[in-house]
Amino acid sequence: MWSELVGANHSLLHYSGHSPLHRAPSHWKIVATVAFVIAVVATPTGIFWPYAGYLAVLAAATFIARIPPAYLARRLVVEVPVVVFAAWLPFISTGERVTLLGLSVSREGLLAAGALLAKATLGVLAALLLAATTDIRDLLAGLTRLRLPGPLVEIMGFMARYVEVILGDLARMRISLVARGFNPRSPRHWPVVAQSLGALFVRSYERGERVHVAMLSRGYASSFGPGSSPR
Amino acid sequence: MHVPDGFLNLGTSAATGVVATAAVALALRGARRELDDRTAPLAGLVATFVFAAQMVNFPIAAGTSGHLLGGALAAVLVGPYTATLCITVVLLVQALLFADGGLTALGTNVTLMAVVGVWVGYAVFRAAVRLLPRRSGMIPVAAGVGGLASVPASAGVFALLFSIGGAAPISLSTLLAAMVGVHTVIGVGEAVITGLVVASVLALRPDLVRGAAGLHVARPLEIRTEARV
Repeated sequence: MWSELVGANHSLLHYSGHSPLHRAPSHWKIVATVAFVIAVVATPTGIFWPYAGYLAVLAAATFIARIPPAYLARRLVVEVPVVVFAAWLPFISTGERVTLLGLSVSREGLLAAGALLAKATLGVLAALLLAATTDIRDLLAGLTRLRLPGPLVEIMGFMARYVEVILGDLARMRISLVARGFNPRSPRHWPVVAQSLGALFVRSYERGERVHVAMLSRGYASSFGPGSSPR
Repeated sequence: MHVPDGFLNLGTSAATGVVATAAVALALRGARRELDDRTAPLAGLVATFVFAAQMVNFPIAAGTSGHLLGGALAAVLVGPYTATLCITVVLLVQALLFADGGLTALGTNVTLMAVVGVWVGYAVFRAAVRLLPRRSGMIPVAAGVGGLASVPASAGVFALLFSIGGAAPISLSTLLAAMVGVHTVIGVGEAVITGLVVASVLALRPDLVRGAAGLHVARPLEIRTEARV
């Protein structure tokens, strides 16, 4: 449907607040989140008790950050494709067959699907908590302190700076098409939608060129420029 | 489409992380050749474009819709090195700010989409340009063929990785057939959208389509001293 042309999930997840978790240095939050997720992923298949502990850690962190659990739960929709893949696993896995609800499924596949679903959910929740408590500027500063290559941070910074502008361009194109009675419902309408994407690319690229010229006039020296080899 | 945490074991994730890091290091060098000191703002804005383009729904039927992945499209428009950087940054932002794609799977996602997706798409695009008649009208077709190849190629590599370090015992042939089968259908949509977008950019600003460079012969300014009727 045209009203859904641009998905609703483009708003940034940051949930502003002043909790100890919001104020914690961002590089430590990134390291802690990654360490937590590594521990989750390292849990052997077939053992399920550690997941209760992981969930307790996340619940405690959510409580300290004073973020409503519903705020995080709503974003779990990002997981729908994982659920589909997990539901499909027991049927195509090899190994011993067992009967569940009248269906013949692989025992190992069933266990694997359960573990996979638990791990993916915990990973998403941990990442959501990081995104909710960390402002994008803090996140970029944290990534710099963690020695992410400067040029990558710089590109991410431009993306953070211009994402609302470009999405605004896209929204204006959508409104002008709707105002002219456009209501795409089938692949017949793809050429028009693709044309707006083409126009969006040209606008974005030209904006990039203008931004570059404006930066040069203010004395910008790129981390890509001569004498600074990107590593 | 993004691989979440827990799909692949830590060893496989670390290995793809090494591949991704090496590829991004090479892309940082290559992008400087494609864009020189304009790299940061232009790659940033193109990454933002890819991010926005992935949110645009293309209606299929009965309320379902699909969206662009954009690896092959970015490679044709701005060159493969810059495209690798752009898709990597999009994946970083999606993982860190939108919880889309696992943090431990970041290397895997970069390998699948920013390396395999972009470079297979670009290689097939180049081959198609060589085989098709040398006309600028053929560029969108070649870009579409690149888009068609890039999606099942990524899915095939994912199936291989899952058979090495996946969470469940599945025979490689079953998974490969299913993943490549489903993603070939998705690839057809990707092909059509990629071709249409490239065609529209060619109509607006043909000089911005890097994959078509050389097909547009610059016409020297002709000074006419007397008016011809």
